[in-house]
Amino acid sequence: MILFWILAIALILSAVFTVTQKSPVYSVVGLLANFVALAIMYLTLNAEFVFVMQIVVYSGAVLVLFLFVIAMLSSGVGPFAEGPNRLPRALGPALGIVAVGCALLVYTLARSPLQAPQVPAAATQLGQAGEAGVFGSVADFGAALFSAHLLPFEVTALILMVAVVGVVLLAGDAVPMRTRGRHAKHPAARESIVKVRR
Amino acid sequence: MTPMPVDVSNYVGLSAVIFFIGVAGVLARRNPLIVLMSIELMFNAANLALVAFARLWQNNAGHIFAFLVITVAAAEAAIGLAIVVAVFRRSKNVDVDEVAGLRG
Repeated sequence: MILFWILAIALILSAVFTVTQKSPVYSVVGLLANFVALAIMYLTLNAEFVFVMQIVVYSGAVLVLFLFVIAMLSSGVGPFAEGPNRLPRALGPALGIVAVGCALLVYTLARSPLQAPQVPAAATQLGQAGEAGVFGSVADFGAALFSAHLLPFEVTALILMVAVVGVVLLAGDAVPMRTRGRHAKHPAARESIVKVRR
Repeated sequence: MTPMPVDVSNYVGLSAVIFFIGVAGVLARRNPLIVLMSIELMFNAANLALVAFARLWQNNAGHIFAFLVITVAAAEAAIGLAIVVAVFRRSKNVDVDEVAGLRG
């Protein structure tokens, strides 16, 4: 109970820190704190595999990707994001949307109180971590992922494939591989390739 | 691990708060990297709600869907950052207001 409130305060503060920082590097640090706090919260919710995924994928991969791009874009081009601050002008609409959203949330929660459903006693038993057949354990998650929910798993593979192809197309060389090989000896073509790369 | 006595509505409320912080970030910031980070915050808020409801119903499907959302978020971050890099290469400009080449 106390852990929940500590984590909730940490989550909100780090989220606000992420959004309000001027430099994106500080935002990444705030986001890291947010992800770690959220991972611990997943652990309190008996979601062991989601906890591991959160640490590995978010704190490991996504944040490193952000840091790489920040390092790449801000090297030698001066301050990263200059220009007038849009925060005061956008604060009104943002707060309005937040108010409307919170009102909707309160309305919905008042309409339908979240009652715990009647689940069989065996299902609610929470045992040792990693034990098979226990709700939220990794073994349980894996069994569900590879039997009942096989299609979402394969959709995951497709999504990652599309992402890889898209990233290579977007951020890779603008000149296709074949023409580059054919004209590589030609000085003008090489010149144009260098120009495109820049 | 002992069952948490925290009500699920607390988790859902916290999730909504984080989500709207993310919405405010997307609306108010002009640095595309921070906009992407705010989108990540929103994904995380949705994940928190999913996992909390999975705990409420003692059902694994919420975890599976959270897994799917994490994958989508990773793909989104990769493609979004690739777009930022591509735009930066073309125009040396990283302001979401200035990148208006597709405006009709």
